[in-house]
Amino acid sequence: MESWVWTIDGWIILVGVLSACSCTLLGNYLVLRKMSLMGDAISHAVLPGLAIAFLVSGSRSALPMLFGAIAAGALTTVLTEAVVRFGKVEQGAAMGVVFSVLFALGLILIRQAADHVDLDPGCVLYGNIAQIPLDAFGETLPPAAINLLIVMALNLLCVGLFYKELKITTFDPELASALGINAQVVHYGLMILVAITTVANFESVGSILVIAMLIVPAAAAHLLTERLGSMILVSLVIAAASAVIGHILAAFGPGWLGIAAATNTSAMIAVVAGAFLFVAILAAPQHGAISRLYHRLALRRSIVQEDILGLLHRLHEMAPAQLRPVGRQDVVLAVGDTLLSRRGLRALERRGYIESAGEGRGRRADRICLSAAGLAAASGLVRSHRLWEAYIAKHFELPLDHLHFSAERAEHFITPAMRQELSADLTGPQRDPHGKEIPPEAEQKP
Amino acid sequence: MNRQRNEPNSHAAEAPADPIGGIRAKKSLPRLRPCAAVAFLAALSIAVASAAAAEDHPHGQRSITDTTLEWPSWVEFVRVLSLRDYNTRVVVLGTVLLGTAAGVVGTFAYLRKRALMGDALSHATLPGIAAVFLWLGSKDLPILIAGAAASGVLGVLAVIALRQVPRIRADAAIGIVLSVFFGAGMVLFSFVQQMRTGNEAGLQTFIYGKAAAMLQGDAVLIGACGLMVISVAAALFKEFRLVCFDQAFASASGFHVVFIDLIMMALVVLTTVVGLQAVGLILIVALLIIPAASARFWTDGLLVMTLLAALIGAVSGWLGSTFSALLPRLPTGAVIVMCAGLIFFVSMLLAPRRGVVASLMRRWMLQRKIGYQHLLRALVEREEMEGEDAAIELRRLLRARSWSPKILRRIIRRAVREGAVVRVGQDGLRLTTGGRVEATRILRNHRLWEMYLIRYADIAPSHVDRDADEVEHVLSEAIVRELERAMDAVVNVPPSPHLYEAR
Repeated sequence: MESWVWTIDGWIILVGVLSACSCTLLGNYLVLRKMSLMGDAISHAVLPGLAIAFLVSGSRSALPMLFGAIAAGALTTVLTEAVVRFGKVEQGAAMGVVFSVLFALGLILIRQAADHVDLDPGCVLYGNIAQIPLDAFGETLPPAAINLLIVMALNLLCVGLFYKELKITTFDPELASALGINAQVVHYGLMILVAITTVANFESVGSILVIAMLIVPAAAAHLLTERLGSMILVSLVIAAASAVIGHILAAFGPGWLGIAAATNTSAMIAVVAGAFLFVAILAAPQHGAISRLYHRLALRRSIVQEDILGLLHRLHEMAPAQLRPVGRQDVVLAVGDTLLSRRGLRALERRGYIESAGEGRGRRADRICLSAAGLAAASGLVRSHRLWEAYIAKHFELPLDHLHFSAERAEHFITPAMRQELSADLTGPQRDPHGKEIPPEAEQKP
Repeated sequence: MNRQRNEPNSHAAEAPADPIGGIRAKKSLPRLRPCAAVAFLAALSIAVASAAAAEDHPHGQRSITDTTLEWPSWVEFVRVLSLRDYNTRVVVLGTVLLGTAAGVVGTFAYLRKRALMGDALSHATLPGIAAVFLWLGSKDLPILIAGAAASGVLGVLAVIALRQVPRIRADAAIGIVLSVFFGAGMVLFSFVQQMRTGNEAGLQTFIYGKAAAMLQGDAVLIGACGLMVISVAAALFKEFRLVCFDQAFASASGFHVVFIDLIMMALVVLTTVVGLQAVGLILIVALLIIPAASARFWTDGLLVMTLLAALIGAVSGWLGSTFSALLPRLPTGAVIVMCAGLIFFVSMLLAPRRGVVASLMRRWMLQRKIGYQHLLRALVEREEMEGEDAAIELRRLLRARSWSPKILRRIIRRAVREGAVVRVGQDGLRLTTGGRVEATRILRNHRLWEMYLIRYADIAPSHVDRDADEVEHVLSEAIVRELERAMDAVVNVPPSPHLYEAR
């Protein structure tokens, strides 16, 4: 690839950023409203609208295209809803029927007109972002960029003006209608905006990659944020970054791999957006795979530790005071000899919950018992367990041998406050249904 | 018949010269099942249209700006319909088989609510095709199809994996896979286009499909895969049925649901990949969805639905390829989808039970019945208060219920026609004996339901009238018997729970 030329690459990046951002702005709402595929459907179904606008007006100017897009977008929405309502066809299938038939119609119309117009299905399907600056000889703002700027402004305006309406209808349609917001109107408005945006993007990214621009950055942002405002901002950033990185990779990436060619920028933008989504899926702070794995591991660790404490507490209950120290290996075996349980035991020792007794010192000690702090923690846990058993025995009429399993799981999630409530509900029981003593609540540390 | 005729037909522009022209002497492909009625209709419509258009557009003299369709001559028309051309035969056979297989597979995908999974799948095949071509440089169909299948499967797995991610819903998962895989495919494709040896012409057909350029080998491949798909579906019909309708029961009965599901997906993958060439990766999803969705309107039985979907798929394939062979510049895939769409539309309108017309009819009949019964009840309630001899005037009836005079007159006309009511004097009405029996029955149902609600549902007497108003029309004989039992076997019409003001 030749070197960087601002008058070309600059425009390409600008167009890429504009098309990615204008799509993403609406894509957030599509993703949140579970209508991602409506973007897919509309982007395919505007084809006949374009073709008819084209055949009627005989030109590729923006205005007829705009009307064609609006009509086709509205038609897709109406038809899909009609098929769902009157045909009782499932939403996804209805969409599939409508958009594929409309797309086929569009293809036929375009083929019929192919002789005397320069609109071929390819230019709608792929788009060619690299061509855009050449249209204007790299000197002035290319016409496609102007169209995209207008659409971007339109989308910003609509989202800004109707932010509240969009938000309420997205998250709580019932509240919206109670507040007097017509969800149907908002829905159609959004769909028409999507249609306009899609058409404006055909020249640069084409009708299939536009789906990537609509959905992918928004889906990534949804994983990363908790609020609508920040989701929109983050998705815009991801979209813009995908556009910039996508173009750089498309123009220079093959060169780095030793291939003397450039590749399709808009396709690369979609791929980069996909990569961003992949990273978000892995590394999102709360919903990412890594953090969920970490949290699950942390939970398992604390559960193993609590199991060890509970086990020691029960063993101590049964044994007279001088016989309390238990074989270290026995404890590990009893909770399952895994890396997790051995490390859990060591962590408890470090935290001072377990003392060594008998031969050896520290980790090499062969017998262990609970320290005072460990006993306090363990008795809290055992108290949770037995209170829960008593509680479900009282309220759920379960046989005695069914109580333990539930309590074994619930004990790890019962807080002191809940213990108080349970105890109050049971009027301060002394013994659990099995007849075992419920240890008293430990004294609060000062 | 072993010499291909070279008369100008619409295929000639699209179809490459057949490389094995002389060899196929006796391989006359099997005739299609005649779908006589449809063929006749199609033939008739085209014939009429061509007769109408023949004078205006003499064959073969088109100007560049002419956008009207060029109608085929009779000879050409008969030749295409009777499959006398080798090309036509191959194309029709291929599309019909594809339509059949897609109909069968689509039925299960449709019932599993996976209709749009096929969309993600078909778009996801693109990187596979491009990668295989880049890697092996081969344009052999089986190799390209293997590549397509591999990346298609990867796409399906990606959809399944994405659905497990919190906050990514099924629809978004499909959209993401569809567009990102397509993007990856485009990236690879642009390398193909720039390769010095790159002749990507054959690859483009995967995106739009080019059924008209189908070779015998392609048709055979489609046929073989189609037969395989159909026979697997037939062999596993019971399992598929279970998984489609009651997954929990299937796994409780010891069926390996995941495995069956995988086989089902594999059939979808196979059909999609084989069909790419014919209809293209955007429209193949239509062949999966539309025949199944259309068949669903006509039947509630799975077997019938499957067969019907196969038939609809086959008919659309046949119609589509025939039309595009007859008329110039009609992309075959798109025409096939349009035909399927037309069948869907007709099914949605006209299906006997689930169709729009039928359900509108049902609603209309019910409305009529309700109006009629309301009139009878209003009359018998008046009689109850005023004695049987009194003729009841229209204006007092109007007050009984919120109906417009126009509607009330229409209802009355009907009641008179049915002999339940006779007109008395200027504006009066009286029940006939038969009408009174019917009216009494309705009134009784109404009162029974009211009493039932008051006694058992604990609803205030002032609130039960409206509810009983809706229910009285649909109370079956059995329910009335049960109500009688619950109300201590009342034989006569129970008195109204409301306090009437005698007017």
